[in-house]
Amino acid sequence: MNKSRAFIPLMAFLALAGLFYFVLMKMNKGEYNPRDIPTEFIGRPAPNIDLPNLLVENDRVKSSDYAGKVWLLNIWGTWCPECWKEHDYLMYLSRQGIPILGIDWRDEKADAIDFLKQKGNPFVEVGFDPNSDAAIDWGVYGAPETFLIDAEGIVREKHAGALYPQVWEEKFAKYFQAQKPTE
Amino acid sequence: MRFIVRKITVLKALVLALGLSLGAQAPASIDTYEFSDPGQEALYLDLIQELRCLVCQNQNIADSNAELAQDLRRKTYEMVKKGENKDQIVEFMVARYGDFVMYSPPFKATTLMLWVGPVLIFVLAVAMLIRVIRRRPSSNDRLLSEEQRQRAEQLLNQTEEK
Repeated sequence: MNKSRAFIPLMAFLALAGLFYFVLMKMNKGEYNPRDIPTEFIGRPAPNIDLPNLLVENDRVKSSDYAGKVWLLNIWGTWCPECWKEHDYLMYLSRQGIPILGIDWRDEKADAIDFLKQKGNPFVEVGFDPNSDAAIDWGVYGAPETFLIDAEGIVREKHAGALYPQVWEEKFAKYFQAQKPTE
Repeated sequence: MRFIVRKITVLKALVLALGLSLGAQAPASIDTYEFSDPGQEALYLDLIQELRCLVCQNQNIADSNAELAQDLRRKTYEMVKKGENKDQIVEFMVARYGDFVMYSPPFKATTLMLWVGPVLIFVLAVAMLIRVIRRRPSSNDRLLSEEQRQRAEQLLNQTEEK
């Protein structure tokens, strides 16, 4: 009886080690992020956006202009390294005809304009949000974040962090396949 | 010369340490929000204590100087100024950031384990402790039989003689 008891700590250790290994693997693969905050918006109507246009003086960017379309909302800033990383992929998506509305969040206007000039502009329109007005309305807590809004104006998907092909295929691609053949 | 240099470094370190400890006591928020109504001010101060900084996650927005925390403080200020009450502002934040935005999450089905878990583990631990203590042979029980005790004594005496 005592002999089998002696193994209990070892078993507990192995069980914990297994659990930690499993969770760390998930984190490494990007499938699990402990800092992720579950979004409150999936299945809910998209909050209204009404921001000054970054690139056009005296113009406003309004989400109401996108009603009836499936579109992406991408929150970014030139201060955010992951946004630089995902930029090429956003360019690729925009070439595929995916409408992306950008929100330049807490940024310097000149820096943002410069960034888009140099690296290309994947956005249909870019709203300028230096005071987090739209960001707070959308429950954004970091950049980049990407939302998908369907034709009824309902938020269907959200991804925190850079957008990569794998994430795109898993979460977003299906909403556009019905509309147009991809490639 | 060298002594002086070292003295200065020590002094610097002391000043730095003092500054750090003072800094830690002062609130991180340096916003100068003004209230004409002390009730509103109290509500504002109460709310920024209770709302979590979503960036740092283990600080409230009163203690955090993350940019989002600054903006959330401003938002809170604006809403308080507009005359909205605590429930309205909390509801506004929770609708956007979920229960996580509250430093002390509400007691409901999804947060049940959060509240009950530690108590459960504690009760379990105490129960196990009691079991272990009960199983331990009491000191009245003889550990050795009379025969064994005599033999042990004999052995001990042998070593002493040597």
